[in-house]
Amino acid sequence: MKTEAKRLMRGSEAIGEAAIRSGCSCYFGYPITPQNELTEYMAKRMLETGRVFIQSESELAAINMVLGAAATGARVMTSSSSPGITLKQEGISFLASMELPCVIVNVMRGGPGLGNIAPSQSDYFQATRGGGHGDYRTIVLAPASVQELFDLTRDGFDLADEYRIPVIILADGMLGQMMEPLVLKDTPIAPEELPEKPWTLRGAKDRPSRFIRSLILDVNLEEEHNWRLYRKYQRIERREIRFEEYFTEGADMIVVAYGTAARIAKAAVKKCIEKNMRVGLIRPISLWPFPNEKILDLTKYAGHFMCFEMSMGQMVEDVRLAVQGKAEVSIYGRPGGVVPTPAELFRVISRTYNKILREKKA
Amino acid sequence: MLTKTIFAGFGGQGVLLMGVCTANAAMNEGKFVTYLPSYGAEVRGGTANCTVSVSTEEIASPIASSPDHVVAMNAPSLARFQNLAKAGGIFMLNSTLIEQGLSRTDLIEIRVPAGEIADSLGSLRSANMVMLGAYVAASKVVSYRILLEAVESVTGSKRKDLVELNIKAIKAGYDYVEEHYGKADKKKKSAAKAEVQVEKTATEK
Repeated sequence: MKTEAKRLMRGSEAIGEAAIRSGCSCYFGYPITPQNELTEYMAKRMLETGRVFIQSESELAAINMVLGAAATGARVMTSSSSPGITLKQEGISFLASMELPCVIVNVMRGGPGLGNIAPSQSDYFQATRGGGHGDYRTIVLAPASVQELFDLTRDGFDLADEYRIPVIILADGMLGQMMEPLVLKDTPIAPEELPEKPWTLRGAKDRPSRFIRSLILDVNLEEEHNWRLYRKYQRIERREIRFEEYFTEGADMIVVAYGTAARIAKAAVKKCIEKNMRVGLIRPISLWPFPNEKILDLTKYAGHFMCFEMSMGQMVEDVRLAVQGKAEVSIYGRPGGVVPTPAELFRVISRTYNKILREKKA
Repeated sequence: MLTKTIFAGFGGQGVLLMGVCTANAAMNEGKFVTYLPSYGAEVRGGTANCTVSVSTEEIASPIASSPDHVVAMNAPSLARFQNLAKAGGIFMLNSTLIEQGLSRTDLIEIRVPAGEIADSLGSLRSANMVMLGAYVAASKVVSYRILLEAVESVTGSKRKDLVELNIKAIKAGYDYVEEHYGKADKKKKSAAKAEVQVEKTATEK
């Protein structure tokens, strides 16, 4: 069954189905709103497909189960929402050090602390700066529709295996809860069809034993290990940058937004275009690696970059670094779980745009 | 053309299912569609609602801060959404459970005794389907034929016996609106539009 018709699917369930079709053979999770539908979906589908589903006793247990399963070579996933992802950070640091592939889904909600259960984008720093302790990165993918939740989760499993790295799918409560039409264009793969990984721990019969560990007491060896990780991250930065552009060519002002915020930004920018304003949109899809060069390149047109985030501004720091002082950077943020309307954002963009025009004339 | 509708009622009345059926029908018509349920600390007997957005273009936000149409299955939903509704839109009321009418005059009020109709068909539980049929008759947001197909595919997978009842209920609701509001519908719409215009001029002054 290669192609299927369009079906209406909830965001959380699209992630789950993508995992199933990627040959994910183990799911470990602990419930938290707004992503419980994903855990529920996995409970049902993993049973149907004869794979492993465990509702663990805590987030810590779940992430360490991920670590154990990943070490055996299984494709493995866990999911949670902001406070739960914080609890998993120790495990993520260990996974990064041990170079164990896995997919970690964060359906972000309002914070800090327990916050609320409304959609938010306030975990950008945590996701893109590693999150746990130590000198490491994780690939971070930011979907903006139910279709992309599916597609990026599928890609996430491939990237995780290719680079032996944890991949974070950074969604939010709105994407997780909403239903949209989804087309399954991919070819599903079963766990037993996946290529064998040469580094796994599955018993050392008839071969020398292997080690996967994060404790490296010898400073020289630990330095070497860090260098190796660093070179891997450089490789990823060169090869795995993803973004979408919308009317950026010749734009005087460019809006930068990802995920849910980018959907709203796109509608607002569309309205700007209709009013003959030279405004464009760039939507980073990979948040790490970040599309630095693309944004720097766009400074040849645009003198102003406006970040729109459902936080008080976190990605804006990456945009500032990317433009290297060649353009002004501003932020419009709505934190705490508020999702503004395209009309509101259009007003904000217009205000800034008109100011730029006035300054240009003066 | 973007139409956002909020379906609201008690948890257990099937308001989310009304939304899912509408969204499926819109998808099958080839339109862009999003469905967003209220989620979180919901309990049985508490309030529940969902927002369905149907459009000929990409949909930015599935949230409706000011819905075009509202389908209210109980009195708390009337209280909660009356002030949010967009002027000139349709406000459907389940008159079996909602005695009072709208206090706003710039909305098209459509009262359907969904409970009574459903009861007469054999199951009070199909009141949501009666209301769904009535809503589609009034709003034409999706075509009636495609709605029936969508309901069949959404509700028919587990309980084939329920499909028949659901279809019957939708037809009853649809016919009720055609009969009671069918011809008057156009007049009322233009009347409401006129009132909106009057209000606008009043505020402009």
